[in-house]
Amino acid sequence: MKIAITASENKPEAKLDSRFGRCAYFAIYDTENGSTEFIQNPNKESVEGAGPASVQLIASKGVKQIISGEFGGKVKSILESLQIQMIMFNGPEKSVDEIIKLINQN
Amino acid sequence: MKIAIASGKGGTGKTLVSTNLFQIVRKAGKPVILIDCDSEEPNDQQFINGNLIDEQLVTQNIPVIDTDKCTYCGKCQEYCHYNAILVLPEIKHIQVVEDLCHDCGACLYACQYGAITEKEKMIGAITKFEVDERSSLYESRIEVGVYSSVPLIREAIKDAGNGHFAILDAPPGTSCPFIATVEQADYVVLVTEPTPFGLNDLKLSVETLQELKKPFGVVINRAGLGNNAVQEYLAENKIQLLAEIPFDRKIAASYSEGVLITDSLDEYRELFVQLYKTLEKKAS
Repeated sequence: MKIAITASENKPEAKLDSRFGRCAYFAIYDTENGSTEFIQNPNKESVEGAGPASVQLIASKGVKQIISGEFGGKVKSILESLQIQMIMFNGPEKSVDEIIKLINQN
Repeated sequence: MKIAIASGKGGTGKTLVSTNLFQIVRKAGKPVILIDCDSEEPNDQQFINGNLIDEQLVTQNIPVIDTDKCTYCGKCQEYCHYNAILVLPEIKHIQVVEDLCHDCGACLYACQYGAITEKEKMIGAITKFEVDERSSLYESRIEVGVYSSVPLIREAIKDAGNGHFAILDAPPGTSCPFIATVEQADYVVLVTEPTPFGLNDLKLSVETLQELKKPFGVVINRAGLGNNAVQEYLAENKIQLLAEIPFDRKIAASYSEGVLITDSLDEYRELFVQLYKTLEKKAS
């Protein structure tokens, strides 16, 4: 299964980006082979609709779960209809590799 | 001649200035229209009595996708500048995000398979009141939950300024609804208050109007409250101060009863007569 994590930079030590639609990068972690791919988010500076456009981007990559700090109002219903699970991460600041470790512990 | 009454900050006195200016022009026997463009909370009607003459419902078109005809080619999504269409060919999913649609019609043009038609969505209403034979009030009111008031405001001010003095009471802030209002105006009156909040938001409005290349001047409301920083800012930047309305308990008392200060207080009638004269000169 592919899990997207919003990341502030394109490296495993990068902190979780708290915004979904306007995050800097998406780290897409594949639980089957343990690989992580970083994709730059082209919607970061969108005037409008950064959220839905970001859903389009990650859904086209086959992502089934998304971990971020915040999800905007428009995005929630779209993610629900696509059956992509939203996971809000509000704990102490964590990096992408630390979050991947947590995923593997569960 | 179209004059927009605007402000960065809410609650500075746009309605006070708009309604009293309307009353002065009306009493002078000139044709005048007041358009309440603050569609999220219009309130000019609380101060102006008129006979209801018309209520116009405003709609916008929203694309509807026929999934039997759709090939999931993604062209509509590519054409949509507002990210209002989501297409996932792999799982045959297509979705319109209605709140983001600007009714531009690009998706209809993009689709080569005839899969897109349009439906109407109610976005608000324009209520028209006749105040006397030469003057009227239009009130724009958005439907609860509608994302943008821009198409409604554009419709409300469409016919303004043909042979009459038009006053556009703008929504607060400097975002799209504000721009939709002031871009139609020949001149903009920015209403502010002499407080740090008033000054901060005045600067934002000034920067926006300068970018739009709109001529403007400033009315300071509640003058005497706070400090002189607004006056200093205007002098430094050579911005015209059109009028100062003092911080006066009598104004608040009159306003709270829904009575126009140009009707109840002589000194302010004179102030608004002068303001009207100044604005008329801007037209010529």
